[in-house]
Amino acid sequence: MTTTGANNGVNVQALLDAREALKGAPEAAQFTWRASCRWQNGTHSESKVQSFFGLGQEQSHKTETSLGADHPEVFASEDHAITPIEYILVGLASCLTAGVAAVAQNRGIQLRSVESNLEGKMDIRGILGVDSDVRNGYDDIKVTFKIDADASKEDIEALVAQSQKRSAVYDVITNPVNVTVEVA
Amino acid sequence: MKSLSSRGGTIEQVTAVVIGAGHMGLAASRCLNERSIDHVVLERGEIANSWRRERWDSLRLLTPNWLSRLPGYHYDGSDPDGYMTMREVIDFISRFAVLSSAPVRTHTTVTRVQRTDAGYDVATTNGNLRCRTIMIASGACNVPSVPALGKAVPPSIRCFTPFSYRNPNDLPEGGVLVVGASATGVQLADEIIRSGRPVTLSVGEHVRLPRTYRARDVLWWMDASGVWNQRYNDIDDLMRVRRLPSPQLIGTPERATLDLNALSSAGVEIVGRLSAVRDGRALFSGGLRNLFALADLKMNRLLGTFDEWARNHAREAEVGPAERFEPTRAPESSTLKLDLRNGEIRSIVWATGFRPDYSWLGLPVIDDKGHLRHDGGVVDAPGLYALGLPFLRRRKSTFISGAEDDARELVDHLADYLATPASRR
Repeated sequence: MTTTGANNGVNVQALLDAREALKGAPEAAQFTWRASCRWQNGTHSESKVQSFFGLGQEQSHKTETSLGADHPEVFASEDHAITPIEYILVGLASCLTAGVAAVAQNRGIQLRSVESNLEGKMDIRGILGVDSDVRNGYDDIKVTFKIDADASKEDIEALVAQSQKRSAVYDVITNPVNVTVEVA
Repeated sequence: MKSLSSRGGTIEQVTAVVIGAGHMGLAASRCLNERSIDHVVLERGEIANSWRRERWDSLRLLTPNWLSRLPGYHYDGSDPDGYMTMREVIDFISRFAVLSSAPVRTHTTVTRVQRTDAGYDVATTNGNLRCRTIMIASGACNVPSVPALGKAVPPSIRCFTPFSYRNPNDLPEGGVLVVGASATGVQLADEIIRSGRPVTLSVGEHVRLPRTYRARDVLWWMDASGVWNQRYNDIDDLMRVRRLPSPQLIGTPERATLDLNALSSAGVEIVGRLSAVRDGRALFSGGLRNLFALADLKMNRLLGTFDEWARNHAREAEVGPAERFEPTRAPESSTLKLDLRNGEIRSIVWATGFRPDYSWLGLPVIDDKGHLRHDGGVVDAPGLYALGLPFLRRRKSTFISGAEDDARELVDHLADYLATPASRR
C-alpha cells in the first residue's frame, strides 16, 4: 500500500511487515516502557528515560533523555521545568502527530506541515482538596490541528480521526487503566 | 442413503450433511438437490429456528422485501418496500423448505463431528451419520457475547442479552443502560425509551447509515451499485470488515432512519464505549467525538460512492437529489462515570454482539479467537464448508439475499471435491 510519490519520512513498509510478523507472535508484541524519577527539591524532580523491553528482549534508546518537572511560581514553586500534567499534552500531541504522519504515508498523502495546539482544562480545586466533587486532572482536552497536505479537507479529517483511533496516548487518556503504586 | 449394516449400532451413510435449516442451510440444500447430491439437513430445533426463538418481538428484517430472495424463490407479496416481521420471515423460509423439498431432520442436534479416513462422522441426538462432506450453516450468532467486564456489574442490576430480552416489559422500571450501538443496540434503545424508561446508550465503533438515501432504500444503493456484492478477496483488510458491527438500521413501515441523532432527540443519553466497571461504577471512554467523526466520514464516503455510481451509470434521473446528513451531534461533555449502585440504573442490555458456537466441532479448524479458519467458506479441512458468516464471500454473505451466490459457489466447490479422486486432491 505504500504509494509512490509521498514521502513523510515514515517507513510504513517496516510497520506493515511488523504487523504481519506479530500476528503469529503475540509474545514478541509485549512491550514495557520505563521511566525513573528522582526528587530534587521542593516540587522539582528529574526523570530519566532510556531502556525499554520489547520484541522479546531488552532494548535501549540511542541516548538517555532527562526531563525535569516542577510547578510554576503561581503555585509557590521555583518553576525549574514544566508541570507533570503538561507532559500529558506533550505526549498526546506527539503521539497524534506521529500517527498523522504514518497514516498519511500509508495513504500516499504528502504532508507539508502539521501543527497542533493543545489546551487542557483543569479545576485546581481538585488537587487542592477544596471540593471533593472536583476531579484532580483534566476534565477537557482540546487538540486543534493545522495541516497543509496534498489532500482534501475530508481526507485530512480522516487522517486525524484514524490517528486518534490508533494512538496509545489518546487511548490511555480516554480510557481507564489499571495503576499500581507501591513502596519497595 | 445406505447403511453399513442392519439397524441398531449402524451408521447411516450420506454424501453431504448440512448443519442448520435456516435460510443458508436450505439454500445449500436447494443447490445440492439441483446437482442430485444426496444429503440431509440437520436442525437442532425447527426450520428457521433462530428466527423463531432468538429474536426480540419487534424485530423486522433490515432488508426490504424485494431483496428477500433465495435460489429459485423470491418475495411476491404486495409490499416490496416493506420489511418482514419475524412471523413473516419464518413463513417465508418455511415455504422455501417445502418448495425445495429439503430433506430436513428437525430436533436433531449435532453433538460431535470427527474426521474419518473418507470424510466425517457426525454424532447427533438422533443417531449417527457418516458423510464425505459437511456444510456448516449454523450461523454466526449462536451465543450473545458479553464482555468480561460484565462480571463486575453489581448483582442488584438485572442483565439482559438480545436472547433473553423480548420487549421492554421484561425490564424492571427505571433506568436502562444499553451497551452497544449496532442495529441491535439502537433498536432496543429506541423501543426502551419509548416505554418510558430513561436510557443511556454506550457507543463504541459503529456503522452509521441512513434508511433511505436520495429517495431509495440504502440497500437498493448497496445492491445496485455493486457494494453489496463486493467479494472477500477484493478487500484489503478482510479481518477488520469481518468484525464490523451491523449497521445502525431498523425496518419500520415509516422507513425511518435510526441513527444516534434520532436517539438523542428521543432523549437517549449517549455515552462513550464502556471501558471498565470499577467499584460499582461504569466508566466510559472519553473518545466519543472521534467515534462520531469516523462513522460520519465513512458514511459520507459510502454516499459519495453511490453518487459517483449514479453519475457514471446515468441513473440520476430515477433517484432523488444528492443529500448529506447532519453530522452526529456530540454532547458538550459526555458522561464518563455512572454509579450502578444508586438505583438510577436498574438493568443493562448487552447488545455487544454474538459469536458462533463450534464446541461440537472436534476438528483443529478454529483460531484463537474462536472463529473458523476458512477461505471464502472453504474450511481448512477437506470437504468441510461454511456458510452465513460475516463477509464470507461477499459483503451480503450474512443476509438472506446473500445466500444464493455463496451457496451455489460452495456447492460447486463441493461437487468438484467429490469428483476429484483422493489421490489428486
